[in-house]
Amino acid sequence: MRPRCAFRPSLIWSTGLLLTGCSGPQSSLDPYGPDADTLARLFWNFTGFLTLVWVVTMFALLFALRPRPEPARDPLAHEQNAEHGMVLTVAIATALTVISIAALTVVSYGAQRVLFSDRSPSLSIEVTGHQWWWEVRYEDPRPSQTFATANEIHIPVATPVILKLAASDVIHSFWVPRLAGKLDLIPGRTNELRIQADKPGIYRGQCAEFCGWQHAHMAMLVVAHTQEDFQAWRAAQVSPAKPPADAEQKRGQEIFLKSPCVMCHQIRGTPAAGKVAPDLTHVGSRRTIAAATLPNTRGNLAAWIVDPQGIKPGVHMPLIKLDAGEIQPLAAYLEGLK
Amino acid sequence: MSDVALHPRPNEKKEKELRDTDLAGRALTARLAATWGSDSGLLAALSTVDHKIIGRRYIITAFVFLFLGGIAAAVMRLQLSRPENTLIGPDLYNQLFTMHGTTMMFLFGVPIGEAFAVYLVPLMVGTRNIAFPRLNAFSYYVYVFGGLMIWTAFMLNIGPDTGWFAYTPLSGPEFSPGKRVDFWAQMVTFTEVAALAVAVEIVVTVLKQRAPGMTLDRIPLFVWAVFVNSIVIIFAMPAVMFASTALILDRLLGTHFFNPAEGGDPLLWQHLFWFFGHPEVYIIFLPATGFVSAIIAAFARRPVFGYLPVVLALFATGFLSFGLWVHHMFTTGLPQLGASFFTASSMMIAVPTGIQIFCWIATLWDGRPVFRTPLLFVLGFFFIFVAGGLSGVMLASVPIDTQVHDSYFVVAHFHYVLIGGNVFPLLGAVYYWFPKLTGRMMDERLGKWHFWLAFVAFNLAFFPMHISGLLGMPRRVYTYPGGLGWDTLNLISSVGAVLFFLSFVLFLYNVIASLRGGDAAGNNPWDAGTLEWATASPPHPQNFDRIPFVTHREPLWAERQTLPVVTGLAVERRELLVSSVSEAAPDLLESSPVPTIWPFVAAVATGVTFIATIFTPWAVAWGGPITALLLVAWFWPKSIKDDE
Repeated sequence: MRPRCAFRPSLIWSTGLLLTGCSGPQSSLDPYGPDADTLARLFWNFTGFLTLVWVVTMFALLFALRPRPEPARDPLAHEQNAEHGMVLTVAIATALTVISIAALTVVSYGAQRVLFSDRSPSLSIEVTGHQWWWEVRYEDPRPSQTFATANEIHIPVATPVILKLAASDVIHSFWVPRLAGKLDLIPGRTNELRIQADKPGIYRGQCAEFCGWQHAHMAMLVVAHTQEDFQAWRAAQVSPAKPPADAEQKRGQEIFLKSPCVMCHQIRGTPAAGKVAPDLTHVGSRRTIAAATLPNTRGNLAAWIVDPQGIKPGVHMPLIKLDAGEIQPLAAYLEGLK
Repeated sequence: MSDVALHPRPNEKKEKELRDTDLAGRALTARLAATWGSDSGLLAALSTVDHKIIGRRYIITAFVFLFLGGIAAAVMRLQLSRPENTLIGPDLYNQLFTMHGTTMMFLFGVPIGEAFAVYLVPLMVGTRNIAFPRLNAFSYYVYVFGGLMIWTAFMLNIGPDTGWFAYTPLSGPEFSPGKRVDFWAQMVTFTEVAALAVAVEIVVTVLKQRAPGMTLDRIPLFVWAVFVNSIVIIFAMPAVMFASTALILDRLLGTHFFNPAEGGDPLLWQHLFWFFGHPEVYIIFLPATGFVSAIIAAFARRPVFGYLPVVLALFATGFLSFGLWVHHMFTTGLPQLGASFFTASSMMIAVPTGIQIFCWIATLWDGRPVFRTPLLFVLGFFFIFVAGGLSGVMLASVPIDTQVHDSYFVVAHFHYVLIGGNVFPLLGAVYYWFPKLTGRMMDERLGKWHFWLAFVAFNLAFFPMHISGLLGMPRRVYTYPGGLGWDTLNLISSVGAVLFFLSFVLFLYNVIASLRGGDAAGNNPWDAGTLEWATASPPHPQNFDRIPFVTHREPLWAERQTLPVVTGLAVERRELLVSSVSEAAPDLLESSPVPTIWPFVAAVATGVTFIATIFTPWAVAWGGPITALLLVAWFWPKSIKDDE
């Protein structure tokens, strides 16, 4: 059973959350995997206890401010009894603080053990952060079965998946809140993050470490399938690009192959073999473009090609000079790369 | 307690010089004021070494930077008020959040605590001027030049844009070409020099210039707070000094401290930066605990309960603050055992902070609270800071941190801690000490309006950020897509932020109106117990006509008739009483420097050198010797009367 909103123990938090609910495409309190679930429970336990501490402290403060019948007195006048009581009260409060802190530390360690325990993964995926997109490479002992895609990570449900996180330029951070906590992608290092989804679905994630101009537009989707659907998807992705289906797409392919697009992008099955930008072999099968910035439609593909700097100012994709008549066929070709 | 007379050895060769035993009343005040005063005119204004004048400038300058940082924040909140807003683009937004953080941390947060210390510590410990007053003047000018440099760069649209934390490799030469980050790194250098100088002055003033009788256990809690703070500064600043220097070397000379391709390590930057950066948080917080202690004692109408535990808690906080830095790095993939250690240490710092809170509440409990504006701000501090401290306990947990790190939850947390822990006590401190600085009271009715507006607006602006962070909104994004559940929350935050900004406009109005037409304050309008209230408002250049003799932790409450004094100091030249460290027994009579332009000239040379190094490494080669020569001129031995 997921904690979800029903787990809310604390008044002050829930009043705020009532405004929005705690579900959301990117909500850490709406877990869909065992690790995110552990984290949400831990969060609510801490929140409940600490809210209680806050309320008790504020009550003590309010009581300390109660109206006094007694008149003002000499500020140095002491009452020995009152002092004794205060010494005792402060000592007890301090002792309770120490005990609470120790208890919370132990609870935190417990969750840490669960989260970072070994669970044999059946699948490992290399995820490389670039300014400002995610390269996703599926590993396999058979080289022919490896392939790359971008900004969309497909996983089978109910299976622990290891993500090997690296970065090619600056530090990024991988964060899909409904599945797991975040972990940084650091140039020169590889970090390993385990994610697992319990139900088929689409889980949005976003870069969490400031990485320059388009940090705000560096999102990705994790798509969880049933085992069979995942195998089917994988088989489709391994295959080279389909040849153009009609004359317009054929024209689009010719435009693509003679333009500078091929310097950066790869479309397996064609001479385009660039490695510094997203692999476009099956770009038409993806739900979004430009790192989950726009829905993947023919119109958005065309807009992105025509004005990348208008959509993501600072993006490394240059403006390619094309004739007005070349945009539509090119977009049609890319859209057809299912 | 009767007065104490000092008997300096008479100088045999010359005739007896005039001492404060030879004069009394107005004549004494006037003669001392002539000796310790600063002349008028621009040159004299730049030459002054009076800690009150420098301190006042420091305070006003820090507030100017607070307003600038606040304007940057308000613009950012306008941009974030709705999804996919296009009011400003990523370039300006990134510069704005970098300037906001940099200004608030380096140009406001650190200097404001030191500014109040510069003004108040000599008054509170009963001496005539701060130790090393020329260094004090120098530090102020260096600070101003650093601030001017970075804001000028921003106005020219070449402001830094990699955040106040400037993580490598993003801030390195490859990903941030141009001069933007260099301005940032050099601004850090300016701030380091200024902050270290003041820290040294405070430590020496507190240890060696306390009025006779002010034994260690009679030092006011505010003075203890800024003393511990100064020690933290002295240990923390060198780390960031090395870090920013290494970054500049990477950028200007092509060293590879942080370049992974050449054997450097980007994480090294994070360790060095946070080894400074976490104590930095306490550098901002500790002076504010001093404000709270001072205000609570005055308005609860009794001394702070638990003097010794509070002082020990200050030291514990300062010490522990150096063992927490890794909790800023829990998501970098550190070994779990190492991370666990920092969970424990981060949790542990709640204990000394808790002790202080309990002692303050106990003080109010046993006292007879008087609800004036300064106390209201302190009560606001409790409400906000305790909430921020408790969300900090959550961040200390490695697992929870992996979800909330670098999300708006953290933004909410540290604004609760920093605004709650620093700005609210600070505003209380302004209402509290304004009469001492200006001789006039601030308007009480406006003050209460100010408090309630600030308090409500603050919570409106920052509480929703906890939730937007939990709903997955990362920090430092210049925009966000709609439909993720963040839209309403961000709109509320933006409305709150604008109202919070308006509360500061109201505050500014109150300050200006009260300066012009506030009620006359008198020496001790609050009937407070510490020494700064024993002298005129504003104080004369000499601070005290005769150095007080301290018999109690709250001298003005213990000696209601007349404060006992120490006599025997020279009147016609600047002479200080130096006392022993623990007992504050009179030890030496030491002369104190007179005004001079050298600190200003040396600061100009230092500033020009620092700025020039951004453009050419050769600036070190010619700027260094010039600065060194100026320092030699500054310290050239003069034939002054031997110290006795």
